[in-house]
Amino acid sequence: MSEITPEIVAAHQLTPDEYDRIVAILGREPNLTELGIFSVMWSEHCSYKSSRLHLKKLPTRSPRVVQGPGENAGILDIGKDAAGNDYCIAFKIESHNHPSFIEPFQGAATGVGGILRDIFTMGARPIAVMDALRFGPLDHPTAGARNRRILDGVVSGIAHYGNCFGVPTVGGETVFEPSYNGNPLVNVFALGVFRKDQIFYGKASGEGNPVIYVGAKTGRDGIHGASMASAEFTEESKQKRPNVQVGDPFMEKLLLEACIEAMATGAIAGIQDMGAAGLTCSTCEMGSRAGTGIEFDLKHVPQREKGMTPYEIMLSESQERMLLVAFKGREQEVLDVFKKWGLDAVIIGQVTTDGILRVKDHGTVVAEIPNRPLADEAPLYDRPYTQPLRTAPLEAPAFASADLTADLFTLAGSGDLCDKRWIWEQYDYMVRTNTLAGPGGDAAVVRIKETGSSVAMALDGNGRYTLLDPREGAKLMVAECCRNLSCVGAEPVGATNNLNFGNPERPEIMAQLVEAIEGMAEACAFFETPITGGNVSLYNETLGDPIFPSPVLGIVGLLPTADPPGIAFRGEGHHVYLLGGIGEADEQRMGCTQYAKQVVQQMWGLPPRLDMEFEKKVQQAVREIVRSGAAASAHDVSDGGLVWALAECSFPNGIGVAAEVDSDLRPELLLFHEGPSRVVISTADPGVVETIAAHHGVPAVRLGQTVRNRLAVVNRGEALIGTELDALKERWSTALASQLEAELHV
Amino acid sequence: MRFGVVVFPGSNCDHDAWYAVTANLGHEADFLWHSDRGLKGADCVILPGGFSYGDYLRCGAIAKFSPVMESVKRHAAEGGLVLGICNGFQILTECGLLPGALVRNRNLKFICKPVELRAATPNSPFTCAIPADASLTIPIAHGEGCYTASEEMLDRLEAEDRVAFRYVQNPNGSLRDIAGVLNEGRNVLGMMPHPERATDPLMGSVDGRLVFESLIQTLAPAQ
Repeated sequence: MSEITPEIVAAHQLTPDEYDRIVAILGREPNLTELGIFSVMWSEHCSYKSSRLHLKKLPTRSPRVVQGPGENAGILDIGKDAAGNDYCIAFKIESHNHPSFIEPFQGAATGVGGILRDIFTMGARPIAVMDALRFGPLDHPTAGARNRRILDGVVSGIAHYGNCFGVPTVGGETVFEPSYNGNPLVNVFALGVFRKDQIFYGKASGEGNPVIYVGAKTGRDGIHGASMASAEFTEESKQKRPNVQVGDPFMEKLLLEACIEAMATGAIAGIQDMGAAGLTCSTCEMGSRAGTGIEFDLKHVPQREKGMTPYEIMLSESQERMLLVAFKGREQEVLDVFKKWGLDAVIIGQVTTDGILRVKDHGTVVAEIPNRPLADEAPLYDRPYTQPLRTAPLEAPAFASADLTADLFTLAGSGDLCDKRWIWEQYDYMVRTNTLAGPGGDAAVVRIKETGSSVAMALDGNGRYTLLDPREGAKLMVAECCRNLSCVGAEPVGATNNLNFGNPERPEIMAQLVEAIEGMAEACAFFETPITGGNVSLYNETLGDPIFPSPVLGIVGLLPTADPPGIAFRGEGHHVYLLGGIGEADEQRMGCTQYAKQVVQQMWGLPPRLDMEFEKKVQQAVREIVRSGAAASAHDVSDGGLVWALAECSFPNGIGVAAEVDSDLRPELLLFHEGPSRVVISTADPGVVETIAAHHGVPAVRLGQTVRNRLAVVNRGEALIGTELDALKERWSTALASQLEAELHV
Repeated sequence: MRFGVVVFPGSNCDHDAWYAVTANLGHEADFLWHSDRGLKGADCVILPGGFSYGDYLRCGAIAKFSPVMESVKRHAAEGGLVLGICNGFQILTECGLLPGALVRNRNLKFICKPVELRAATPNSPFTCAIPADASLTIPIAHGEGCYTASEEMLDRLEAEDRVAFRYVQNPNGSLRDIAGVLNEGRNVLGMMPHPERATDPLMGSVDGRLVFESLIQTLAPAQ
């Protein structure tokens, strides 16, 4: 047994204090395998040791919440089918940022694979995936070529995995900032559906019950992935490619079908996927949750190559593997199902009562660790925090537009606002024939055939807002996400969050994290969207440069199955309203906008002001208008402001609007400010819209009527914007492809 | 009428095809497991979309050796109806029931979108209910949907009126805009677009119903 030196401890990213704690838990020095096991379980990625203290502030309960944080995914009750069976959805978001930088295709593909397993390990069949992606700018002078390669690889990887598995990728968002040059973000959300009496948990219950390993063989890929994901990138880590796992979506599809079939036999007591930290994490977490131990022998573990050490087998992150516990005496039923699907399924050990994770190698004990301290008593840090890092001035610079219509064209051609069809047409967004609203809208809507109801979902995040004010930025994110759901007529009911931040050991970064969590907690409580799970990704820095604080939120909502109105103006002569009014704006609160970013090319000031009470009223009004059937279209005003929202409503059918407003705001603010609580609605039935708005005490400003192929805005007789749609749409629809394909097809 | 929907381990449009012909069109359908022989009395066998056995080698290259395909080939040889959609089309060309091959899309990317199609002949059990000048909106979702065959074969297909569907705007580089072809006996159709995804008004188009209604109309007198 090798001697554990301080250098070996440091190489495992454990502090001397943490090492002392390990010695105290074991009552002796660990061997190398045990040290490896502790290092992955106590990594930031698995233990949330820097964030746990603050995550407790998030609201996690509501009458619908069946399972909150702590399991593989959160679960909400969505109501009954015609026969009276209760149905649930399971959903979660997870990041695969670091692997996607090192190897974009496989990094993103296995990100999809990991979150899908989290869903179906609970018994739910995945019915939708969405992605929040952040890259460095594609035209960046030094990093542009690499950014283009990363985007192409990530999108291909998501497409490869999701399309083959057979889950529709129904939406997402893609944003570009230089802060993601060395640190792209790939956050994948997945949602599944199942009956409430068919939920499975990751618990190893029942003494003597057999522990079964199923799925792909264990190889040397991904060893130490979890600890890699918990370290900043340095020059050396770019050499860490062997740490990235390789995905096999066909194997995953077999696992899905086999697991769901095996669960139906009633012979399974508990099940958990092997994700980060692989066999280590699944064995000790399943034992810890049930208050039991697991004893197994590595000689039974199917291995892809010869000569793997216990250390390597325990830390491998080979994909498409699951661990399950069967009821003693019924194991053959389980094994038969996996055989039918052509999958390895092997009994590797059994459940014990001593609470110990005991790993043997051909009979010799190679690791013996009490489960609970390993899984649940990881170090907890109250890291010091000061004022959030702020890299932009508070004061606004002088800015004035030379040509407002030209500014609109600049926005149309920008990476953030341009058409993302090049990305989402690579995703099979329709498979399973449930997609009522797919990519390109405010929220995706997926029908649940079993219940006759539908689920809406949206992902949102705005790093500029959270950089300028993490607390208010997080609240704005919650508000926007709920507004997006309201635009399709859905009632928001639950949320999952992905907290992407820099190095928490820096107090000014820790402060960003704390304030964002507190803001999110306040808004999620207000909008009644409890957080049922999620993921924290820290150390998103390269060579000391942190990313913008980038929380991403996925919110789900419920609605009766119907054809949602969509964002597009649908016919000429419809009345266009701005529900919520023109809103308020000033120079300082323009500094976060797309106008500031793309036209002024600076960032400053503060995010828009949010009045949550008012926001809620606007959302209630939108939902009621949409559900009344009076809305031909509904689209929220967010990035790019009012005129950009009007442009997006105009593109799909070539039907724009001739708008006339009456405002004191100077044109740049009036057109492009990003104040919240606003929704553009077109209707053939203005009376209904006005009545419902008035009932909720929300202003409904009439902007004008829809017209073919034209977008125009006039304020008090002064023409601010006037353009044919064709040219603007051409700029918008070709911007991304032209930036990418010039390079990729050389 | 009774449909049989083949289920390979990597099929992922099997349930969609089943749902389309049962819930949306009101007919009977059974799933046919890939390692079983026998078609459970199906009048029409559907080979659905997906990735049969992972398709890492070549789409459909392994599926052609599966036990269920022996039964499908016999069914086809006896004049039985076979509809291969997407991966099903790829499998039909691999096992020689249809000529040509499907290779990677010209842009080398997976493409998912609704496309416009025209039925190139009314003279088949899959297209007989489609009005002559109708333009159908039906989705595609594939990475390897570019139809290729030798010039001689393409000429022959046209001479024998065996091109079933053509793209109005070619999305993937298919030769002569071909989206679907028939076998010599006209009882086997392979097509890349997914008619089963266009059988429900909530999905945006019901034009795919015409393919199934053609089949139903063809078999109706016999039943």
